[in-house]
Amino acid sequence: MLNDPKNYSESIKPFQPEVPYLMNCVKAFLVGGLISLIGQLIQTFYVHFFHFSNQEAGNPTVATLILIASLLTGFGIYDKIARVAGAGSIVPVTGFANSITSAALEHKNEGIVLGIATNLFSLAGEVIVFGVVSAAVLGMIRLFIEQIF
Amino acid sequence: MIFLYAFLIGGAICVVGQLLMDVFKLTPAHVVASFVVIGAVLDVFGIYDRLIAFAGAGATVPITSFGHSILHGAMAEGHEHGYLGIAIGIFKLTSAGITSAILFGFLIALFFRPKG
Repeated sequence: MLNDPKNYSESIKPFQPEVPYLMNCVKAFLVGGLISLIGQLIQTFYVHFFHFSNQEAGNPTVATLILIASLLTGFGIYDKIARVAGAGSIVPVTGFANSITSAALEHKNEGIVLGIATNLFSLAGEVIVFGVVSAAVLGMIRLFIEQIF
Repeated sequence: MIFLYAFLIGGAICVVGQLLMDVFKLTPAHVVASFVVIGAVLDVFGIYDRLIAFAGAGATVPITSFGHSILHGAMAEGHEHGYLGIAIGIFKLTSAGITSAILFGFLIALFFRPKG
């Protein structure tokens, strides 16, 4: 039965571990919410002590979170959080920093140029590619529509 | 109050990502890529700006804000210089995030040892 390719996905079902949907969601919610809360604390700190406006404070906040996440990745702590939190650690911008740092660390033994620098964006490149492509297409459409009306 | 909203909205966006992973069996890379595109789409009608005004870091910390600020910077320059402006302004607002990610990623890979 297991060798029949047609029924394969059906027949392995009883052998697969069941996905704890609710528990995963709760963990993702708590960790993702906590990271956002820390971000809000950092942002409020920048607004009060460095006199950024609320909108300008977003940039240094993201940079600070990226620094923290890169350090935690270096110490191996972020991977432990990610094992529990799932999407809660992938969706925030800290996950972007984690994917850059961990890809660079993983290829460290191949050298600084061929290992670290070449592989820095091997996981995170998709974020930039999809961001630029979608923004360029949407921006051109929006500009075109605005020029007509 | 903004702290509570940041926690709730930031957590809710992550739950959407978790459901995409568990129910629709998307890989984390696919989830992140779709979130960036969703963020850019939501910027078109100014929906994401309203979310940021409401939830603060709850909306700027998830990766959706990356798509939003890429389109935002592109449109700001686009209104000034036309279609070429889109290429000029596309990294305007996100340069802090990308620069720090490259810089810290490189330095930490240089000085730390891989774990596990």
